[in-house]
Amino acid sequence: MKAFTYERPTTLADAAKAIMAKPNAKFIAGGTNLLDLMKLEVETPTHLVDVNRLPLDKVEDTSDGGLKIGALVRNSDLAADPRVRKNYGVLSRALLAGASGQLRNKATTAGNLLQRTRCYYFYDTTKPCNKREPGSGCSAIGGFNRILAIMGTSDECIATHPSDMAVAMRVLDATLETVSPDGSDRKIPIADLHRLPGKTPNIETNLKPGEMITAVTLPPPPKGVQIYRKVRDRASYAFALVSVAAVVDAEGGMIKQARMAFGGLAHKPWRVEKAEQVLAGAKANAEAFAQAGEDVLAGGQGYGHNDFKFPLVRRTLASVLTTAAHSA
Amino acid sequence: MINMTNPVGPTPLDKPGLVGQPLDRIDGPLKVSGRATYAAEYHDEHPLYGFVVQAAISKGRLDEIDTTAAEKAPGVRLVLTYKNALKQGPRGTSGNPQLEGPSIDHHGQPIALVVADTFEQARAAAYLVKPRYAAEKGEYDMGSSLAKSFVPKSNNGVPADTASGDLTAAFTNAPVKVDVTYTTPPQTHAMMEPHATIAVWNGDSLTLYTANQMLMRGTDMVAGTLQIPKDKVRMVSSYIGGGFGGKLQVEADAILAAMAAKVLQKPVKVVLTRQQIFEITKHRTDTIQRVKLAAGRDGTLTAIGHESWSNNTPGDTFYESAAQATRSFYAAPNRMTAHRLVTLDLPHSSSMRAPGEAVGLLALECAMDELAAALNMDPIELRIKNEPQEDPEKGRPFSTRSFVPCLRKGAELFGWSKRNATPGQVKDGAWLVGMGMSGAIRGNPMLTAKASVTLDKNGIATVRSSMTDIGTGSYTILAQIAADMLSLPMARVRVALGDTAFPAAPGSGGSFGANSAGSAVYDACNVLRGKLLQAANLPPDSTFNNGNVTGLGRTVSLTDLVGPNGLEADGAADPGDSRKAFNQQSYGAHFAEVGVDRDTGEIRLRRMLGVFTAGRILNAKTARSQAIGGMTFGVGAALTEDLVIDKRFGGFVNHDLAEYHVAVHADIPAIDAVFLPELDDHSSAMKSKGIGELGICGAGAAVANAVYNATGVRIRDYPLTLDKVLNGWAAANKTGDAVSQRKAG
Ligand SMILES: Cc1cc2nc3c(=O)[nH]c(=O)nc-3n(C[C@H](O)[C@H](O)[C@H](O)COP(=O)(O)OP(=O)(O)OC[C@H]3O[C@@H](n4cnc5c(N)ncnc54)[C@H](O)[C@@H]3O)c2cc1C
Ligand code: SF4
Repeated sequence: MKAFTYERPTTLADAAKAIMAKPNAKFIAGGTNLLDLMKLEVETPTHLVDVNRLPLDKVEDTSDGGLKIGALVRNSDLAADPRVRKNYGVLSRALLAGASGQLRNKATTAGNLLQRTRCYYFYDTTKPCNKREPGSGCSAIGGFNRILAIMGTSDECIATHPSDMAVAMRVLDATLETVSPDGSDRKIPIADLHRLPGKTPNIETNLKPGEMITAVTLPPPPKGVQIYRKVRDRASYAFALVSVAAVVDAEGGMIKQARMAFGGLAHKPWRVEKAEQVLAGAKANAEAFAQAGEDVLAGGQGYGHNDFKFPLVRRTLASVLTTAAHSA
Repeated sequence: MINMTNPVGPTPLDKPGLVGQPLDRIDGPLKVSGRATYAAEYHDEHPLYGFVVQAAISKGRLDEIDTTAAEKAPGVRLVLTYKNALKQGPRGTSGNPQLEGPSIDHHGQPIALVVADTFEQARAAAYLVKPRYAAEKGEYDMGSSLAKSFVPKSNNGVPADTASGDLTAAFTNAPVKVDVTYTTPPQTHAMMEPHATIAVWNGDSLTLYTANQMLMRGTDMVAGTLQIPKDKVRMVSSYIGGGFGGKLQVEADAILAAMAAKVLQKPVKVVLTRQQIFEITKHRTDTIQRVKLAAGRDGTLTAIGHESWSNNTPGDTFYESAAQATRSFYAAPNRMTAHRLVTLDLPHSSSMRAPGEAVGLLALECAMDELAAALNMDPIELRIKNEPQEDPEKGRPFSTRSFVPCLRKGAELFGWSKRNATPGQVKDGAWLVGMGMSGAIRGNPMLTAKASVTLDKNGIATVRSSMTDIGTGSYTILAQIAADMLSLPMARVRVALGDTAFPAAPGSGGSFGANSAGSAVYDACNVLRGKLLQAANLPPDSTFNNGNVTGLGRTVSLTDLVGPNGLEADGAADPGDSRKAFNQQSYGAHFAEVGVDRDTGEIRLRRMLGVFTAGRILNAKTARSQAIGGMTFGVGAALTEDLVIDKRFGGFVNHDLAEYHVAVHADIPAIDAVFLPELDDHSSAMKSKGIGELGICGAGAAVANAVYNATGVRIRDYPLTLDKVLNGWAAANKTGDAVSQRKAG
């Protein structure tokens, strides 16, 4: 770990200033991802701006009937919030499916969205990795890539975004609120936060330098059954091989609307409009579910060890949709 | 001196006492309140901190190693490389030299140690060491290197190959047979406490506060490596946060700390990070195992063949004796076992909990299940049918063998009769449910050991031995033995372990700890009883009771006999010839029920039971903990643990416990272990057998057999992950009866 300087501002204005005052400064929240990466010198910030004293730790009702979640709300607290449990079950379940109790107590909403990939080679500084060291190559392609992406990959990188929470937020159409060092703020739909790797896997989000996430807002609760299904190698404390967040509004064997986002597939929570269109107004049956699965996976590519994700997505999706249609 | 050449006969432990009771671990309160001092915690030594720099290539050599920037970094006192390392002895059973030269044998090999005032400074400077490599092409894939395999030298006197009868002919002529190949992946011990050492020199004497399971062997290795007399080395491992074989040897942390402390003339601490442990220390090798079983239609085995390939770093002769248990387990006239070693440019492999049996039974006990299926026979009945009356290879008697009672009792307790033998039939909601079983067998070794016991004028007995407690309960069982032998309550017995200043015991490994150190403590107490009787002028048939001795109509308090300075006695134990005269093993039977998600192929254990016999159980609670701990290990081996080799670069792909998956709590729902009563008076002074490794033996096979019973998919490549289930279903054109057949809408 490289030596770094550290400060802990208490106002947004100070934090915004602090992040630009020194080159290569980073925000730190729970530190559960950043510190691990710093120990390995995968990340080498020279200055840390600790955001934990900022007043961003509340979950509040919004005037339109939704929720505003402060960037510092801990994963455990968010999962346990009665409003989240009642109206956004998919989010509560996704959070509780992630990491471990101790990590969730530390992990924050913003930190979770911005956590980095779990690609083994990204963490191994003895191996080429375009994300860590642009231009060095991708060790996962042709290497061991069981947990990595099959959708939206590039020849430069096949990493996944590993978050569970983000998948649920994607299906809920959450919006991020940010402030920039110049004091300006903006809203970013979650769909636009993460980028696909393309030629620049080192650039993971559309946030601007020094831009800080202050909150995530959820629109009013959607209609329908909410499900989060995480498929993993052990019963707890494992990242998703594939996960499905679904909100399905069905009645009498007909689907009115189905929204689906997927984890473990891509560099961002994966959502395919076409698959949702196919299901809207369709009969809830195996053919419709299979078609939705094909649409979700259209254009995907396997890399050997992760080829199993194709049948796994089809099967898991069909299972989730079946359950949703039954319990509607 | 206890010598196990002859059976022990009646002993004071035969009458009911503290031995056997489910007592809490006496070191428990210290551990949960943070007062048990582990190797890295001797803060009064005020050590400097060393951080290891590792090779980034798997084979080749260092052309250059530039330490200038690291040396100039804040707080740095020393950068040790092969250029300035001390001269060391050769690699082998008494040498583990570090920074020997520029050549690199495996990925992650230590190439430098940076020592600084703080850990953070050392770690930061470690990244400033700039090696330049001349890399060579290495070989990292056992499967494609089998042609280069060779017959290894025997492990501890156990031959690599055995054969009797005519396997080929018997196999060719048999009406029912299986010939199957199983593979197991590399595994890492994943104990909680990392390898850690604080090295302190006092003149030419070295003290190592270190995490090590076998201290006497450790001093050999330290002395051999550093080329100093053995009596100048003291090792202290009072408390050890797990070992599982990973701390059987002296690893780089100890040698590097000792060298740096010598150069700097100051205490130096080296703690390996989890990532470093995976490649700097040893792991369990992957294996390829071919099992051939042939039987008559009634299930009588006519032939058993078991071949196993494992691999190690060039020059390292350890091999995984996966077929060893097969030599003792089942009767059959025609037999063959063979071990082959392949040299690969990978980190060193060595012992991990139940070396041999743990992975060997993953193959053998699944092959037995396959044979039972081929015979249309219950797998328990198949095993009972082939129960040998004597050691099937050597014709020696078994000291005790209660395998069949374990099978029967387990079947009854688990409800085996409810199992549907046809795979893929039992459904519970989204799950396919299956039951599987497996046999367990584990050798029962003993080594020479010494111990002492003192009784002071306040009636406090203190046991001393360089035996270790790696979290198993050694402190507690030794206290129980001494308490019963001296008729004292537990509160009046102290146990001091883990220090080579104490009488020599081998330590914890191979399940020999309790047999060896326990017998020595027993003997020391016996000698002390003699001294007490002498002091009391009482005959040998006097009785010890409640801290008194009674004979000739007199009752004398022991405290009145020890004098102002107390009494001390030394004890020793020797395995003698009993292990040559008798085949000695502990036994068990595992039963597992799993659910396999019909949609995703996810496998989850639902319940598990192990029934074991291992002679006298010294503490019902710590024994059960050992057993269920081993079983949990077995579940991990079956379902999740996989240290992945990068076959292009060498070394391991997953480096931490987030991606190397041991079983977590949620993976182990209802698990229980039962020990059936048994006494083995050829085994140890306590008539007990080793239990530390028995629980893992066969456990994973029971899980794998349950997966087959649930799904009809036989996976022969461990671990059994969901992708392999899905592939199996796809290959069999089955769907797992999943989505396509479930009614939607
Ligand atoms: C062993 C292990 C297992 C895990 N398993 C799972 C799992 O199963 N599922 C899952 O979803 N996650 C899992 N996680 C990941 C965990 O959820 C993340 O580490 C955590 O959510 C990160 O939050 P944090 O607050 O600690 O972020 P930090 O580590 O503090 O920060 C992460 C990143 O976010 C940036 N950042 C933080 N706050 C802000 C802000 N307000 N504005 C802008 N940038 C900011 C930081 O600069 C940094 O780049 C696991 C982690 C570990 C270590
Ligand atoms: S997949 Fe991405 S993160 Fe992984 S090695 Fe390739 S470039 Fe690096």
